[in-house]
Amino acid sequence: MFGFATLVAATCVVEGMLRIGILNRYIVPLPSEVMLSFPRIVIEEKILERFLTTFMECLYAMLLVSVIGILTGILLYRFTALRAATETWVAAAASAPIVLAYPLFLVVFGRSMTTIVMIGFIAGLPPVILKTLEGLAGTRRVLVDVGRSLKLGSWQMFAKILLPAALPTVFVGLRLGLIFCLINIVGVEFLINYGGLGQVINDRAERYDLAGTYAAIGFVILTSVLFFVVTERIERWLRPQT
Amino acid sequence: MAQQDTATRLPRPSMLPAEPVLVVDNLAKQFDTPDGPLKAVDDVSFAVRRGEFLSVIGPSGCGKSTVFSIIGGLLPEFQGSVTVQGEPIQGPHKSIGMVFQEESTFPWRTVLDNVCFPLEIAGLAKAKRHTKARHFIALVGLTGFENRYPAELSGGMRQRVAIARTLASEPTILLMDEPFASLDEQTRLLLGDKVLQIQQELSQTTLLITHNITEAVQLSDRILVMTFRPGRVKRIVEIDLPRPRTSEIVSSTAFGRYVAEIWGDLREEATRGMLESEASARSGRG
Repeated sequence: MFGFATLVAATCVVEGMLRIGILNRYIVPLPSEVMLSFPRIVIEEKILERFLTTFMECLYAMLLVSVIGILTGILLYRFTALRAATETWVAAAASAPIVLAYPLFLVVFGRSMTTIVMIGFIAGLPPVILKTLEGLAGTRRVLVDVGRSLKLGSWQMFAKILLPAALPTVFVGLRLGLIFCLINIVGVEFLINYGGLGQVINDRAERYDLAGTYAAIGFVILTSVLFFVVTERIERWLRPQT
Repeated sequence: MAQQDTATRLPRPSMLPAEPVLVVDNLAKQFDTPDGPLKAVDDVSFAVRRGEFLSVIGPSGCGKSTVFSIIGGLLPEFQGSVTVQGEPIQGPHKSIGMVFQEESTFPWRTVLDNVCFPLEIAGLAKAKRHTKARHFIALVGLTGFENRYPAELSGGMRQRVAIARTLASEPTILLMDEPFASLDEQTRLLLGDKVLQIQQELSQTTLLITHNITEAVQLSDRILVMTFRPGRVKRIVEIDLPRPRTSEIVSSTAFGRYVAEIWGDLREEATRGMLESEASARSGRG
């Protein structure tokens, strides 16, 4: 409730500043206009369909990111030579603006959902790999010693101690990966004018419909919130102690 | 076997069987460090009888934890020999159960699931391991907390869970490395009572590594006093205090005499350790 009240208060402050003229209405629309444009956007832009398109692109990308990212993190933990050879490059990739390579993806995959999903996947991968590696490597020594004292085999040690101990950090990686993924997916949709909410933002911006543009951004935020809620639910199911 | 028993001031024949279940013979361990080879322990020999409570006490840096790790099979490269019931130790051994100084409960498992852990590894059926685990949970006085997670428990309670988990594997020897080091004095004394009660009930052979003299005298049948690095056996003291014991024993005259006697041995070693640390710090070797 407090968070919602804060959001409402901030919105009122922005509305006031725009009406007085402190902020420029040609850059930032009135929040009240944005609210009023929501029904229009929903009907005109078939927003539910667009929302589902972006949502599904993000879902496919995150499934790939989760499986390949976690497996790669495990491999880098298991093989120290591989880790030494690649960890720096993975960390560098995390800060690289992958979205700017969209022309290359267009050439390879065409102007399609595949291009969007692949860019989201590549962008979301590094944080998941790095955090999985960090989680496994950061398992408290004493927990490993408990396993050793009970003569656990490699697989038992991994499944019963290392992976559960690493889960909190893995989920941090998944949340970071989700952020990177969604930003890049919406960005590419905007750039290539294809797909879901990113294309709506592009359309509205080109028509100088500022209120509609911000309303579409509001739906992007909604997509993000939904994914975070789902991720949190999954984490609570896997880690009931939280 | 180079054992240095001395006559105590309160001689009383031991009631324990003479046959040793753990024999440590000429144990030595050297580590390679940036400053050169470091001998942690040298020529350590002792035996632990079945059902006995033996404490190993010494100043910081005397190699007590090294001895713990070697006996527990976590440090496989060493000189000398360690045998359990005649079988040489070359790695972790099913006869040895370890309780660590650091908190070692699995935060993602409930109390019941933590204690079930060794039984799960042993392949016991779920119903049987739950029954067995509940027995050991009751033994450490945590009935009613089976479905709680470690984060919901105090430090002392978490350590009791770790002890119950180790006991659940029914080890021949219970090896504990300063299990109460992070607890306050009152909790430590009360947990010591609990450990004594369990040890006496199960006739559990126990080897305790500690730097706390009060704890060692309260719990032990014998105390092995170590020198400063390289750790060697300075003296083995027989503790002839009545059993069963409780924490009330700490207020007895005999208890005080034992503490003073052991402090007399330890003071010299602790002073040597402190002077050496200061010299290292001054020379910049840290």
